[in-house]
Amino acid sequence: MSKRVLLGLLLACGLTASALAQQPKTGGTINAVIQPEPPGLMLAQIQNGPTQMVSGNIFEGLLRYSPKLEPQPELAESWSVSEDAKTYTFKLKKGVTWHDGKPFTAADVLFSIEMLKQTHARARNNLAQVEKVEAPDDYTVVFTLKQPFGPFLGIFEVGSMPMVPKHLYEGTDWKTNPYNNAPVGTGPFMFKEWQKGSFIRLVKNPNYHEKGKPYLDEIYWQVIPDAAARSVAYETGKVDVLPGGSVENFDVPRLSKLKDTCVTGAGWEFFSPLAWLWLNNRQGPLADKRVRQAIMYAIDRDFAKDVIWNGLGKVATGPSASTIKFYTDDVKKYPYDPAKAKALLKEAGYKGEKIRLLPLAYGETWQRWGEAVKQNLQDVGMTIETIATDVAGGNQKIAEWDYDIAFTYLYQYGDPALGVGRNYVSSAIAKGQMFNNVEGYSNPEIDKLFADGAVATPDSKRKEIYEKAQKILVEDVPVAWMLELQFPTIMRCKVKNLITTGIGVNDGFKDAWLDK
Amino acid sequence: MKQFWKSMLKSPSGVIGLIILLLAISVAVFGPMLFPNSPWRMVQRPFLPPFTLSSVPLGTDALGRDVFAGMIFGARVSLLVGLVSTLVALIVGVPIGAMAGYFGGKVDDALMRFTEFFQTIPSFALAIVLVAILQPSIYSIVASIAVVSWPPVARLVRGEVLSLRTREYVQAAVVTGQSNSWIILREILPNALSPVIVLASLMVATAILLESSLSFLGLGDPNLISWGYMVGAGRTVIRQAWWITVFPGIAILISVLGLNLIGEGLNDALNPRLSREGR
Repeated sequence: MSKRVLLGLLLACGLTASALAQQPKTGGTINAVIQPEPPGLMLAQIQNGPTQMVSGNIFEGLLRYSPKLEPQPELAESWSVSEDAKTYTFKLKKGVTWHDGKPFTAADVLFSIEMLKQTHARARNNLAQVEKVEAPDDYTVVFTLKQPFGPFLGIFEVGSMPMVPKHLYEGTDWKTNPYNNAPVGTGPFMFKEWQKGSFIRLVKNPNYHEKGKPYLDEIYWQVIPDAAARSVAYETGKVDVLPGGSVENFDVPRLSKLKDTCVTGAGWEFFSPLAWLWLNNRQGPLADKRVRQAIMYAIDRDFAKDVIWNGLGKVATGPSASTIKFYTDDVKKYPYDPAKAKALLKEAGYKGEKIRLLPLAYGETWQRWGEAVKQNLQDVGMTIETIATDVAGGNQKIAEWDYDIAFTYLYQYGDPALGVGRNYVSSAIAKGQMFNNVEGYSNPEIDKLFADGAVATPDSKRKEIYEKAQKILVEDVPVAWMLELQFPTIMRCKVKNLITTGIGVNDGFKDAWLDK
Repeated sequence: MKQFWKSMLKSPSGVIGLIILLLAISVAVFGPMLFPNSPWRMVQRPFLPPFTLSSVPLGTDALGRDVFAGMIFGARVSLLVGLVSTLVALIVGVPIGAMAGYFGGKVDDALMRFTEFFQTIPSFALAIVLVAILQPSIYSIVASIAVVSWPPVARLVRGEVLSLRTREYVQAAVVTGQSNSWIILREILPNALSPVIVLASLMVATAILLESSLSFLGLGDPNLISWGYMVGAGRTVIRQAWWITVFPGIAILISVLGLNLIGEGLNDALNPRLSREGR
């Protein structure tokens, strides 16, 4: 029942979000929860979720992305691609200034790219196909690629490639630059103050380059460490916006029913977080494909969705989330089938060897999920031992390959070449690092498909390659895909237009306004 | 012995405590036989209120697990941790206290400074640190509870031994050339035992509370269900489902109360002056 109510609310909010006919009103202050407190706000150097959420409203990228992940102008007002798909020319918007009044030019873009290559692992990876970047004049930037790279227009989002001010950073030690603590960007909001453990305050940028925007005067990002206290803060009116993931899932239905409350699952399309279990392919019973398939059959993923995630999200079918490019569900299916799991385990000769399970130490929901999966696996005769650990300890164990099964979820960044391939190609096996091919899956065919897919043109060719890759992966089960996660944003209905892009709250305050 | 039971059964608190303890022990021993299913098994829809279905009399938790089964299995863990860690604490504390009290002088100084070292650290904080370092498991929990609870035993035994070793019968034993260990084991300790037994019964109660607190904080053995874990896991949903926290909470309350009553009864029974006054 609660599921249906929630669905209704989601739909209702989708409608209000698209009802743009209303005239935006200026002024007002919004209190939003930020969870956890970010370690810092210098987006070019720190990419934690909460940093992206706050700083995405201070900094800007060259492009912005719609919920369908189509590029939209931001700091670049137009762009063109050459015939051979190897040269991308961006025309920058004129009259853009940094928060300190200095103009934003192509020199800042070149400088930002140099900095990001050293400080931002994903940006470095995204820029690997770039041969050179040039600025023929102050408002033109030209990227020349080594070879065509299909997802190239997808790498300019603010969290992936934020623009930093050259005049404040050039020639300084980037790590200790005082502006890291009081970041200066071009975005709609300016950093004002940060009382550690309490709140971060952003104020309106009066000289913002889109006239009339932003509509709000101030944003307070409230830091509230306890999940129950965050729910209460919303109920008592202390905060107006609970971004995705800031309250526990079982609180969502209750909060959704409150008066004047709108809930939406939108605003995560660019990230499309996909949860799975890393399965250590190297050793023990899990080295056998049949055991890994048995795990897929043994786990009741619909139960996880309905009970643990309160009906939010979607059961995953394979390595790609259904929201990203070239997704196909024409792959082998793994419904909940304990009998089949038992048969496969028997066939593989599994004799009750102990298997270690590492839950994700991200709070209640993940802990309960770990318990449920353990029970599912025990029900088909596997011997599971849960290892209790904190986030850092868990990360270390996974990075050092010292685990059998481990929970995780990863962002997908809209394109298989950006967010999917890194988890399965053998070149991404690197001991000591997280969020790559830590399961140790190695298949030359997959390596070739992902290598080809990144550079193939046109898109129809890429589609063919990636669909083939998905089929092979789903058959091999290098990891056990669980759910496409959905993090609902809960807010007062008077907050309008907060979520209009594929990264939602992260850059949404630019268009948001308060209906008083 | 007969005398002891007689006076024990005379004190009402002791009787009530004994009944509670026996009940808890029989639940811990025989309960799991009645519930062959693992308490982690998801048996019904989640958040089922208590007293609605006879198969899950106390309702279900956030994953649809039987709260009643959890309490039965939890009794085993809680009592086991309480008893074993107290036993370990006694094994460590009694010899240290006895040696310090008997030999006195430098030995006493060294052992008591060592004991004070543990006493100055807040015991719960030390237990948390130990469990966190050793990784949460039933062994590390028992070990850390034992480590924080032996110092009072050592101090109590030392005090008793100090007063007993000047008695004539002990001096007589020394004069007849008995070895030190013989004197401690056969002459002194049996007479110093009464207050230790009383203390031990209270230590079991404290250990159950410590284990519950650790589990509540998420430092319990992730493979074993315990009352503290259930309270901790249900805490965040207390507004939707009070029963998940309340029933295990009551179980903790009753068993700790029972052990305290036993302690009181033992105190009455083992203290000759008090028990004779009653006559």
